[in-house]
Order: sequence, then structure tokens, then C-alpha cells
Amino acid sequence: MTAAIEVRAVEKRFGNVGIIRDLNLGVAKGERHAIIGPNGAGKSTTFNLISGHIKPTSGEVKLNGDVISGLRPFEINRRGLSRSFQVTNVFARMSVWENVRCAVLWATGHRYAFWKNVDSLPEVRERTAQILDDIHLTHRRDVPAGLLTYAEQRELEIGITIASGATVVMLDEPTAGMSHAETDRAVSLIRRLTEGKTLVIVEHDMSVVFGLADRISVLVYGHIIASGTPEEIRRDPKVKEAYLGEEAH
Amino acid sequence: MTTATRSTSKATATPAGGGVRFYGVWLLGIAVLIVLPLIFSSGGSLTSFSLIGIAIVFALSYNILLGQTGLLSFGHAVHYGLGGFAACHMMNAVVSHGWPIPLPFIPLFGGIGGLVFAMIIGWVMTKRAGTVFAMISLGIGELVASSSLILRSMFGGEAGITTDRTALPKMLGWSFGPQLQVYYLIAFWLVLSAIAMYALTRTPLGRISNAVRDNPERVQFIGYDPHVVRYLAFCFAGFFAGVAGGLAAINFEIANSAYLGAIQSGLVLFSTFIGGTAYFFGPMLGAILVTYLQLGLTNVTSVWQLYFGIIFIGIVMFSPGGIAGLLMMHRPLVRAGTLWTVIPSYLVAIVPTVALACGVILTIETVARYSGGDPINLFGISFNAKSPVTWIAAAVLLVGGAFVARLAWRRIADAWDRAATVARDRGYLA
Repeated sequence: MTAAIEVRAVEKRFGNVGIIRDLNLGVAKGERHAIIGPNGAGKSTTFNLISGHIKPTSGEVKLNGDVISGLRPFEINRRGLSRSFQVTNVFARMSVWENVRCAVLWATGHRYAFWKNVDSLPEVRERTAQILDDIHLTHRRDVPAGLLTYAEQRELEIGITIASGATVVMLDEPTAGMSHAETDRAVSLIRRLTEGKTLVIVEHDMSVVFGLADRISVLVYGHIIASGTPEEIRRDPKVKEAYLGEEAH
Repeated sequence: MTTATRSTSKATATPAGGGVRFYGVWLLGIAVLIVLPLIFSSGGSLTSFSLIGIAIVFALSYNILLGQTGLLSFGHAVHYGLGGFAACHMMNAVVSHGWPIPLPFIPLFGGIGGLVFAMIIGWVMTKRAGTVFAMISLGIGELVASSSLILRSMFGGEAGITTDRTALPKMLGWSFGPQLQVYYLIAFWLVLSAIAMYALTRTPLGRISNAVRDNPERVQFIGYDPHVVRYLAFCFAGFFAGVAGGLAAINFEIANSAYLGAIQSGLVLFSTFIGGTAYFFGPMLGAILVTYLQLGLTNVTSVWQLYFGIIFIGIVMFSPGGIAGLLMMHRPLVRAGTLWTVIPSYLVAIVPTVALACGVILTIETVARYSGGDPINLFGISFNAKSPVTWIAAAVLLVGGAFVARLAWRRIADAWDRAATVARDRGYLA
């Protein structure tokens, strides 16, 4: 069985500075995979490399067996990979409803159509309503996204990410800055919405990571030092030394 | 100002839903367009209405770029002008070849002229948004405007290309000689274009254009190439600008280099921004106001451009949402039923604000005409620029007006805050 995501020998340099060096990562289909690591380890850069936001200096990234490194972000998205952003990245002047609907349009095949009325596309409407319901924002559907509370914006961010129906979902610190209660809500939301999909998640909150992930990879200085089940990671001496020692107890 | 009220009432129906009211507003608008020349039938008003109609189509086309897609163009008149030239050449060709194409179809060829140029130049131009796009649009605008004086066979040099609209085949017995018939032709194309451009905002492309405006980076991660979106929006804007140019060519029976120059590009930016880019009807208001002022002020004062500048700066500083934004601010208050609490402070503010405006006008006119030495006559009041009384009056109005107006405006802000708080409590304001 081919892996959902396979990163092989990827390097990324900005000038002379190597941010990512010899990165190897495999994520199996249907797996929930967490990437952890100290600040500045290159977690977000890894996300950007996989999703096409930046291009690797060398090495290759495969999605379901096809090489995607070098493709533009929208080409990668059309192949079934969707990502969220660490800093909320929504369409601020558009309503919540419109935000989600925009994310549904390509996947439902309407693309750049300028001959269809967007309000009379039943499958678009149903899917948008379903996702708003899933992220508990139906009561806020007409509010401009820029006026939502922080936690609501994070939920909308997840909604936009899953709206296209992508089979591989990547979430970049979805619970960052949330309160304890909000985090619990977000985790159950993520668990429910990524049912049957492949999930890659970057997270700082260790309770979220160990509660959610099937497998964990530990990234330190742009290199994966260990990959395994939560139990294996917890016991790994290299990980303890490099990372967990300071944060998890 | 019947035209203005028509457009403001559109405010209530712009969002989706409210079917009957929505179609009602459009039908009302069409009815007003039909009746207008019957009420104001003088030659001067017919000419004004015709120019306003053309300006509305042009401003709406510009808002496809600025308001819908977030592209600031300094060269939109290129498509307007090329549309005008295409229409003139087409009219002359129809006459010389004896083709059976009547005048009402000519604006379509203007649109095609604008569209073709947009298709050719647009792919490179829309690669980037923001400053890069703005600078390229400025460059292309200057390039085409100067070419129009050099390429004489195509643009006719300084004189431009003239044409005779009455020489085309008649349609339904209309020769389109009288201005009234031209007005109805323009009104017809105005309605057609406005409906088409409104419909465009309700399509998947129209919605994604808004998304590209708000956040082009994120659009790439929901499957869209923002470059393609910008290109398509640019082509549509070029087409409708060309239609407006074609209408202008019919109205004036000439196309010349002034059509595609920087002044024309500046005017459409000006109208659209003053009207407000966030609402579909905004550019309509702006086009009406700016055309009206342009026609009216040029007869009253020699420094009319200065007033335009002051209005523009005022809008940019105090109401970035334009006139439409100002009007729509009141919608949640109307719904929450708290608007009446704000009205009294508005009424109080009128007197000092008008005094301040009079002070500004008096100062400007006195300074502007000081060297001229002729007695000034403004709104039926005559005075002398060299008289100290005039200067003292200007200073008193200016300083006193500004002082009292500030207090009155603060009162408005307080009343507004209270009304908005109530509206928020009642759930009409986010």
C-alpha cells in the first residue's frame, strides 16, 4: 500500500542556512500523524514544503504515490491535500457562510464558472450547511469572518480546510492560543471531522498530541530524530534528551 | 436627484434573498430611467442623463477590479477608449459597407474592443496584484494614450475618429439623431450592463474574486489559481469599460485620445471610490455625483478640480467606505429601530457644517479670483475679493464653523455609540 504522504531526503535552504536537512517522513493512509518539536525546529516549514507553499531545494514529496514537490499549492490541493494555517488565514470581509462556500466550489466542480448562480447550486449549499453545522458556526453564518472571536476563527479555519473534502488534511497548531475548554472542543471536532482521512498535525500541546495521534514524529533542527507510536516516542531516549525532557513530564 | 434615490434604495436589496423586494428595486430603477426624460425634457438634462448613464457603466466596470477583486488600476480608461475607437470604426465600416447592423448593436463592438485588449495584455498584468499591478496599469495607460497620438491611421491623431450615428440603418424607425433616442439607447445598455455585472458577482467566479481580494494566499489552498481569477475579472472589466466607451462614441460621435488618457482613468477611480467599492450600487452613486458635479461646477468656478480633490481627500480620510458605506452604516440602526436617536444630532450638526463649508468655499474663491479683480457671484450673492469684509466673513465662517462643527460631530459620535450599543444588544450589529 502506498503511503498518503512520503517525504524523501528533502532539504530546504534559505541562502546558506539549511532550515530542513535530509527530512524523511512517511504517513500511512488513514493515519493520524503528529509532528512535534521545539520552537524553530522547522515544523511549519515542513508543512509549507509538503503543501507547495515553498519549494524544496532538493529531495521529493509524494502524495498517494505521485510526486508533488514543485507543483503549485492549488495543484496540490486539487489532488486531495488540504492544509490550515497557524496564523488564522480566512477571508476577513466575507461572511462565515461565504468563506466555507468558497472552499467548497472547486471540489464540487464549479471552478471559474461565470454562467451559474452560486446561490442556486444545491450540492454547494448542502455541503456548506453541513460543514457550518460540523464546526458549530451555523448561528454565525452571516457574520464577516474578521469579526469572529479568535476561537471561532480557528474553527472556521478548520472548516475551510476540510470543506474541499480532501483525503489528506494538515492542521498547523489548530489549538494554539485556545483555552482549556476550547482546546477540548477543538480536539473532538478534529477527531470527528477527520474520521477516515489522513491527518497530519503540528501541535505544541502534548495532551492533544498524545490523545489524538496514532504516530508521532519528532523534528529537531530540521531533521526527524524519531518516528513511532506515542508509547515508543515517550520511551525514546533521544526524544527525552532533545525535547520531552523540558516540556512533558 | 431622482436617479440618486433610485440607486440608494438598491441598498436594501443587494444581498441575496428578499426576492420580491429585490426585483422590485431593479424594476423601479428601470421605471425611473424610462420616466426621467419625460419629467426633465430639456436638452441640457438629456445630455446630463446620457453622460451619467455612460459614467455609471464605466464605474461599475471599474469596480469589478477595485471592489470585487482588489485590483487598483490607474489605466482603466484604456479599455474605455479602445472600446470607443472600436465602436467608431465599426460604425464607419457599417456605413461604408452597407452592413445591416443598426446602432443599438454598436456598444457590443465597443465591448469586444475593450475585451480583446484586456485578453491580450491582461495575462501579464494580473500575474501580481497590489503595487505591481497598479504600476503596470499606469505604464500601459500612458503607453496606449501616447500611441494614440502616433498611430494616426488607427486613432486619427489629435483630431480623433469621427462618425455619424444617423447614417447607420434605422431600427424601429429610430434614426438616433435626437438626444432623447440616444438617451434611451444608453439607458437600455445601462440596464443590460448593470444586470450582467450584478449577476457576475453572484457566480462562482464572482465569489472567488472576493476571496482573492481578501486573501490571495489562502485561495491557492482551496484549489484556485489567483492569477486566473484576476485575469478573468480583468477581462470582464475590460469588456464593460469597452461598452461604456462605445456608448460615449455614439453620444459624441467621436473618439479621440482624451478617451484613454490618465484624466479619464483618474475620474473613474475617483467616482468609484467616492461612491463606495464595498457595495454594488456604490459606484453608481459615485458616477452620478461626480458627473453631476463635473457638469455643474465647471460653470460655477474655475477651480472645480480643487473641490474634487477636497471631496476625495475627505472621503478617503473620514469615510473610506464611500457614500455607500456611510449609508449602509445606518442599516443595523434602522433594523434595530434606534436610528431616530441619532437623527437629532445630525440636524444639530447641519448648521455649523454648512457654515464651515461656506467658509471653505468663500476662502477658496476669494483666493482663486483675487488677481482677477472681477466681482464674484456665488449662489446669487455677489462680493468683492479685495474687500476686507469678505476676508473677515470667510475667516469667521471658517474658524467659527470648524469650532462648533467639531462639537456637533462629537455629539453625533456619542449618539451613534449609544445607538450602536443598543443595536448590538438586539443582535443587529456584529
